[in-house]
Amino acid sequence: MTHLPYIAGAYGLTLGLAAWLSMAAMLRLSRARSRLRAVEQRGGRMGGRRP
Amino acid sequence: MDAIRTLDATDPAGSSGPDRSQRRRVGLLHRFANPGRFLRLAARLQPWTNALALVLTGWGLIWGLFFAPADWQQGDAVRIMYVHVPAAWLASAGYVALAVCSVLSLVWRHPLADLAAAEIGPVGAAVTAVCLASGSLWGKPMWGAWWVWDARLTSVLVLFFLYVGHIALLRAFDEPQRGYRAGAILALVGAIDLPIIKFSVQWWNTLHQPDSITLTGAPTMSTSMLWPLLISALGFSFGFAAIVLARLRAAVMEQRLRVLLLSRGNAAAGAPS
Repeated sequence: MTHLPYIAGAYGLTLGLAAWLSMAAMLRLSRARSRLRAVEQRGGRMGGRRP
Repeated sequence: MDAIRTLDATDPAGSSGPDRSQRRRVGLLHRFANPGRFLRLAARLQPWTNALALVLTGWGLIWGLFFAPADWQQGDAVRIMYVHVPAAWLASAGYVALAVCSVLSLVWRHPLADLAAAEIGPVGAAVTAVCLASGSLWGKPMWGAWWVWDARLTSVLVLFFLYVGHIALLRAFDEPQRGYRAGAILALVGAIDLPIIKFSVQWWNTLHQPDSITLTGAPTMSTSMLWPLLISALGFSFGFAAIVLARLRAAVMEQRLRVLLLSRGNAAAGAPS
């Protein structure tokens, strides 16, 4: 394959950035979900008082 | 879901519109854009967008990398096209989405449009960076230079700066609403760059090649290269949507969390929530 380093660089950069963005988004989502669940459960235990 | 209902209860459209059909249209818009419904719909859509992104991107890139023919002039360097062109299309499409959210934010003042714009910006900037970097990696072996101040390249660089400026502007204000308004205005003003990117290769004598695929004419490339390119572009589009969707779901939940904690803090302090 001609120009292999350039091709590998372009694909590596694209897939690496896509993987990083996807992982970051999924981690943020799961963290937000678990924090929200924890706060909602804590609210439920406080006598069911809703804001 | 109570905090979401708190967010839902905000009526950014206002109730001043006297026209009933206009109110119905706005009501329909808000029905499909309210955060509670959005979370439920997005949770259902997320696995499909993730799966389609993985399958289509994998299919398109493997086809383009190993099975599509090499170009008679460019050799295998043409395979960079299968990542560069989808990234370039998405850079512009992402900005269109940003501009649409900005209109929704400025006209109807909907909080979900503000959050969507804030989440599209960084992903759009990343895609534009991929477009510029992969173009540079394609340009070096073909043109003998990593970068030239060509009209197409320069207008895409301006697009990247617009994305970065939008991200910076949103964070520049203590009051988020002012940041959203300023960001929306910048996004709308910056939309002028999109036709410049599109027509730069026709208006000016550029080193960058003219478009091979247009909406009006037949493509000027072989179908053996066109199909993997289209599949890859579709996969990238689903990938973009999946990432923005996940970020937006997280942003809505974080907003809900802030509302919950704030109202509890107010209740504990004896202040009206």
